[in-house]
Amino acid sequence: MTSAIAPIGIGPYLFVSAALLVLGVFGIFLNRKNVIILLMSMELILLSANLNLVAFSSAHGDLSGQVMVLFVLTIAAAEAAIGLAIVTVYFRNRGSIQVEDVTMMKG
Amino acid sequence: MMAQLVFYVFATVLLFSAVMVISARNPVHSVLFLILAFFNAAGLFLVAGAEFLAMLLVIVYVGAVAVLFLFVVMMLDIDFSSLRDGFQKHAPLGVCVGGVLFAELLMAFSNWKMAPANIVTPLNPVPQLTNTEALGTVIYTHYVFLFQACGLVLLVAMMGAIVLTLRERATGRRQNIDKQHARTVEETLELVQLPLGENVFESGGFLRPKGSYYETAVPGSYGSGNQAVAEKEENRP
Repeated sequence: MTSAIAPIGIGPYLFVSAALLVLGVFGIFLNRKNVIILLMSMELILLSANLNLVAFSSAHGDLSGQVMVLFVLTIAAAEAAIGLAIVTVYFRNRGSIQVEDVTMMKG
Repeated sequence: MMAQLVFYVFATVLLFSAVMVISARNPVHSVLFLILAFFNAAGLFLVAGAEFLAMLLVIVYVGAVAVLFLFVVMMLDIDFSSLRDGFQKHAPLGVCVGGVLFAELLMAFSNWKMAPANIVTPLNPVPQLTNTEALGTVIYTHYVFLFQACGLVLLVAMMGAIVLTLRERATGRRQNIDKQHARTVEETLELVQLPLGENVFESGGFLRPKGSYYETAVPGSYGSGNQAVAEKEENRP
């Protein structure tokens, strides 16, 4: 089995993916008020999951991981579209996108 | 050696642009760095031998999702400086959670050996197949239901986005399906003889058939004849 990532090894891929995941989580904490940056951080987290899946797919020589990446990409695109639609509607109604303002449904 | 060099270049730029995405002052810069991050992730996919997914990442993310983000950031008139108030306050908590997460991930990786996998769909079923062809043979056979579910998810997302952002504009019209089905040629077409240089305003304007415009207009809009209400609606901030 000749895998494409044999000269690099799976370790560096896992490290980059872990760093990307941590940066995404950190971004969620850092930009608590800006919903758009929150959505971008979630995209980063999903990207790190994709990177892991591709690395394992290549290391195992199994194509299933790449099919899963296809599925995750679909989910991420759908989530971005819905999220941005919600942001647009929210901005139209309230004139701001502050996360703290989202308390209208509180009893 | 070359593959390692390429990998480390792509990985460094990817992590740098990820840092810039979450720390840039201007959200437009954040989106542009997100595009850079996706490009570099596509490069890492290429190094790992997933050519089709790399191209898909460039097309779907750089071509669609990032442009969607850019569009929303530029369309909404937001005072972004006020959104950065909690930046310093939440940073220590974020560093704690992120640091713990990263340390735990490193601990997990440091003492881990890859278990031999039970390969369901081999990467190269036939040696002369390209990555795209191999993926195609798997997607349309072994994973066909998953593929259909992808399409369903996208359909639902599309309908959701449309339903969320649709609104009845004051100038809008709508379909009256019963009326459309029941109409005949006589009430659709009207031939008017006009002298040279005259217009059709005296005979009712260009709207044909007469009166149908008022039935299909959104209530309270210009078309329904209630101009004052419609203008007030239109000028609402």
